[in-house]
Amino acid sequence: MNKPIYGLMAEFDNPTALVNAARAVRERGFRKIDAYSPFPIEELSEALHLHKNKLPLIVLIGGICGGFTGYLLQYYVTVFHFPLNIGGRPLHSWPSYIVITFELTILFAALSAVLGLLALCGLPMPYHPAFNVPRFALASRNRFFLCIESTDPLFDHDRTIEMLEALGPREVSEVAH
Amino acid sequence: MAEVTEKPQSQDIIAPGYTFGTVTDQIATVVLTKKTPVFWFAGITVGLVLLFFFLWSVVLLLGKGVGIWGIRVPVMWGFAITNFVWWIGIGHAGTLISAILLLLNQQWRNSINRFAEAMTLFAVACAGMFPLLHLGRPWLFYWLFPYPNTMNVQPQFRSPLVWDVFAVSTYATVSALFWFVGLMPDLATLRDRAQNRFARFAYGLLAMGWRGSARHWSVYETATLLLAGLATPLVLSVHTVVSFDFTIAIVPGWHSTFFPPYFVAGAIYSGFAMVLALAIPLRKVYGLEGLITDKHLDNCGKVMLATGLIVAYSYILETFTAWYSGNVFEEAAIWHRMTGPYAAAYWSLLTCNIVAPNFLWFKRVRSSPVLLFLSSIVVLIGMWLERFVIIVSSLAQDFLPSSWGLFHATRWDWATYLGTIGLFLFLFFLFIRLLPMISIFEVRTLLPQAKVEEEVGK
Repeated sequence: MNKPIYGLMAEFDNPTALVNAARAVRERGFRKIDAYSPFPIEELSEALHLHKNKLPLIVLIGGICGGFTGYLLQYYVTVFHFPLNIGGRPLHSWPSYIVITFELTILFAALSAVLGLLALCGLPMPYHPAFNVPRFALASRNRFFLCIESTDPLFDHDRTIEMLEALGPREVSEVAH
Repeated sequence: MAEVTEKPQSQDIIAPGYTFGTVTDQIATVVLTKKTPVFWFAGITVGLVLLFFFLWSVVLLLGKGVGIWGIRVPVMWGFAITNFVWWIGIGHAGTLISAILLLLNQQWRNSINRFAEAMTLFAVACAGMFPLLHLGRPWLFYWLFPYPNTMNVQPQFRSPLVWDVFAVSTYATVSALFWFVGLMPDLATLRDRAQNRFARFAYGLLAMGWRGSARHWSVYETATLLLAGLATPLVLSVHTVVSFDFTIAIVPGWHSTFFPPYFVAGAIYSGFAMVLALAIPLRKVYGLEGLITDKHLDNCGKVMLATGLIVAYSYILETFTAWYSGNVFEEAAIWHRMTGPYAAAYWSLLTCNIVAPNFLWFKRVRSSPVLLFLSSIVVLIGMWLERFVIIVSSLAQDFLPSSWGLFHATRWDWATYLGTIGLFLFLFFLFIRLLPMISIFEVRTLLPQAKVEEEVGK
């Protein structure tokens, strides 16, 4: 009891209960909350107001960088570094640059999508306190969890437990650090 | 509002009666069980034997050079490029299923996308072998990439062969990334369910600490959509670029503008045939008929029929264009195909690719796994013959009769080809033993329980 804990976790049976609980907890003013589910739930993102993320911007920037890299690479090589005069055609033969420019755009955009995903999720993360809850292993199978972190300003150990119990979970447990 | 935007969903994508738990257990058990079915041992043995054919012929090729193959002037592309185009094409169905059907919100894809993507990766690996080995000095393959070097030379960026290097290596990279991103949540499931310490450690390492957080899922969904949006034009571009290898040349029978769509349709056609050829035995052996249902096979059959008809149209158009162009060389190229030394291959490919898919009009054929399996094998053979005829017959008899020459495949041609089939089977059987062959988390979303019941007025 005296040791500081990471937070409190409630376990639910089905996605509807989790979404309702997440909504209720957020309406009470809690902000440091996270929900865990075995598959993506659109309503849950809405309940937690998670709709915006920066990934599209990262991918756009990655794609633009890739496009410029592809084009400039070919331009530099065919015009300056290794010019080949073939039938007197212009060295800056842009139509033949299209394919590689396109491919590098896609390559860079896809790489930034994956690296951006990992960065925004903070992965790889070998340790997370949520795994200290023994039943949390079921979060990747058929159970749904809601966690309120102890750093939330509204967090109060006993009252938060009471509130979570009122939401009809299977079980409420402490999450050790 | 929600009702309007949602697609009406047919109920039989997945057999009724599944729960989140049973779906997870059924798919994960295939991987986590200690008992390996006899079928698996049989399959991987076949793969391994053929893989040794491949290793043997590669060793010989490195020692003696590409002359062990039947490639002689003027047919310098022979089996190697035929197999390359065939394998790359097979890979395309995986990306189509994982990316294009995702964008089109076709939820039936969820239970077949994982192994179809694996099929893509392994098919691209097999495909990549051929241009590399065909280089003559495969150990200098890195000369294909622009890097600062003391020779002061650079690749020719105006050549479709260099475009191909970029297209195929981008395709392989993006497919692998997409596949891995799709695997992450399922790797976490395996980590949480594995009993064996080593398995838990290995899957844990690969899952990178995935814990199914809502924050992660929200970014994850965006990432999947973006990757699908990127992979869609990519997959169309790859076979387009492969077809540029031919169309940019002036060889009669190659130099035509409809090759890109023709090649892409053919790629998807052969790819779906491979998906069926893999799915039908797998679901039988592992008892996954409830997850890969007759509905899936039926849909794959329909895609095969549609792309098969596009391919048939291309054959007709190819012949028509040759005649209508009034170009003697084009006319002669088609005439040689129909009546020349490769006539048998030409007419067999027409039979395999045009006549066979028309049986798929009948519901009875599409609902019989055995008939579907047979038709997919016929299509795979037909598509291989198509690539062979396009490449070899055009090169064998081009402009000057004095420079004509026929291609005769050697036993090493066959050994290398069968060898890559072995490589494919070997990798595929390793995959079904070590990783979940059906995407567990995406199948969970298909269950009726996954729907959040909204309270009215909230």
